[in-house]
Amino acid sequence: MKTINVSEIIKNIKEMCIEANHFLTPDMDEALKNAVNTEKSPLGKQILNQLQDNLQIAGSDMIPICQDTGMAVIFMEIGQEVHFEGGSLEDAINEGVRQGYVDGFLRKSVVKDPLIRENTKDNTPAIIHYEMVTGDKVKITVAPKGFGSENMSRVFMLKPADGIEGVKNAILTAVKDAGPNACPPMVVGVGIGGTFEKCALMAKKALTRPVNEHSDIPYVREMEQELLAKINHTGIGPGGLGGTTTALAVNINTYPTHIAGLPVAVNICCHVNRHAVREL
Amino acid sequence: MDKYIKAPITDEDAKSLRAGDYVYITGTIYTARDAAHLRMYEALDRQEQLPIEMAHNIIYYMGPSPAREGRPIGSAGPTTASRMDKYAPRLLDLGLKGMIGKGKRSEAVKEAIVRNGAVYFAAVGGAGALLSKSITASEVVAYDDLGTEAIRKLEVENFPVIVVIDSEGNNLYETAIKEFGEE
Repeated sequence: MKTINVSEIIKNIKEMCIEANHFLTPDMDEALKNAVNTEKSPLGKQILNQLQDNLQIAGSDMIPICQDTGMAVIFMEIGQEVHFEGGSLEDAINEGVRQGYVDGFLRKSVVKDPLIRENTKDNTPAIIHYEMVTGDKVKITVAPKGFGSENMSRVFMLKPADGIEGVKNAILTAVKDAGPNACPPMVVGVGIGGTFEKCALMAKKALTRPVNEHSDIPYVREMEQELLAKINHTGIGPGGLGGTTTALAVNINTYPTHIAGLPVAVNICCHVNRHAVREL
Repeated sequence: MDKYIKAPITDEDAKSLRAGDYVYITGTIYTARDAAHLRMYEALDRQEQLPIEMAHNIIYYMGPSPAREGRPIGSAGPTTASRMDKYAPRLLDLGLKGMIGKGKRSEAVKEAIVRNGAVYFAAVGGAGALLSKSITASEVVAYDDLGTEAIRKLEVENFPVIVVIDSEGNNLYETAIKEFGEE
C-alpha cells in the first residue's frame, strides 16, 4: 500500500497544465521539424517554419503555443494499491487545473452550462477519466484539448458488413471534412470497436500515444501507415492552404465489440497535440 | 505575392487583394468571436447602435490568453471562422471590409464578401505566440464582462495573413487543395 496526499496531485496537475501549454513532447517536436524538410508546397513550408518560430517563442517567452489553451482532459491511471489522503481526489484535480490556468496565464475557455454559457473563469471543471490498474503507482496525463479540432471529430456507428474499407472511408471522410478548420498538420486519434462511448474514449487516448509509435497489432499498424499516406495525398496541407503535410500521425486503438456493431470514433487534434505525463 | 496594407482598409485596397496573396496588415483592427457576435446581432435586432464602427474595419476572430505583466496581450491566434458565418453577412452589409480567422466559410458569407467588395484572410491557426508579437497594443472597448470574448481594439504592425476569399469570390482553400491533391 502506498499513500499519496492529494496536495501532491494539485501541485503536479498545476505544473503539467502550464508545461503542456508551452512545450510540446519530443516526439511532436521532432515530427514538426521533419515536416519542414519534406513539405513540397512553398507556402506550406513557410507555414511550417512559422510553427517552428511559434514553438520557439512560446518556450522562451512563456506565451502559450496556442491561445486556445483547451479544456483540461486528464487521464488518471491509478494503481489499486494506492490510497489517497488529505481530501477528495476529484477536488484536488480540479484545484490543480484552477491554479494552473489562473497562475499560468492560460485562457479560461470553459462555460458552466452548455446552453446558458457563463464562463467559469478558472477553466474548471476538467474532463477526468479514471482507470484502475495493478501496482502502487499513479500515472497522470494532462492533455489540454483545443476545440477547433475537437469540433471536427466524429463518431460513426458502422455495420459489420462495412468492414475495413468502411472504417478507412470513415476516417478519411472525417479528415477531409475537417480540412483547414482543424489547424493541420493534424494528429488523428482513432478508436475502433467497443461501444459508442468506449470508441470515443479510445480515440482521445490514442492522441496521447507518441506520434512515432505504431500499434502492436500488425493489421492495425498497416492501416495507420496506409491512412497517413492517403491523408497526406489529400492536398489539404499546413493550415489547409495546400501541401503534402496534412497529418503527422494516425494512431488507432481497438477493442472487442458486439456481434452487431462496428463503432468508429475519429478524434482530430491540431498540430498543437499537447500533453504532459508524470508518474507518482 | 507579398502586399502591405493599412487598417482600416480602403475599398481600393480590399479589391486589389487576390486569393493567395501574403499580406502584412498595419494599423487598427478589432477582435470579436462567438459571444460578441451574438451580442452585436441582438443589438441590431433591437435597432441599437453597434459598439464599434463596421465601415472599412477588419474583425479578427480571436480570444487571447491573458497577458503577462508588461506585455500587450497573451497568445493571440485565430479561431474557426465558420462559427461566425451566421452573423458575418449582416456585418459585411454594414460596411465590414475584412475578417481574419481560419477555416472554411459558408456560401452566404462568400456572396456577402463579393457583394461588398470585402476580403477573408486566414492567419496561421495555432501560431498564437508568434502572432502576438505583431500586436503592439490591446484595449477592451466593449462587452468587458465576456472576458476573453470581449471586443478588443488592437494596434498591429505587419500582422501576417493570407487572402483566402477575395472580392471576386476566389477561394484559396478550394484551389490549393487541388494543386497538391493526388486523387
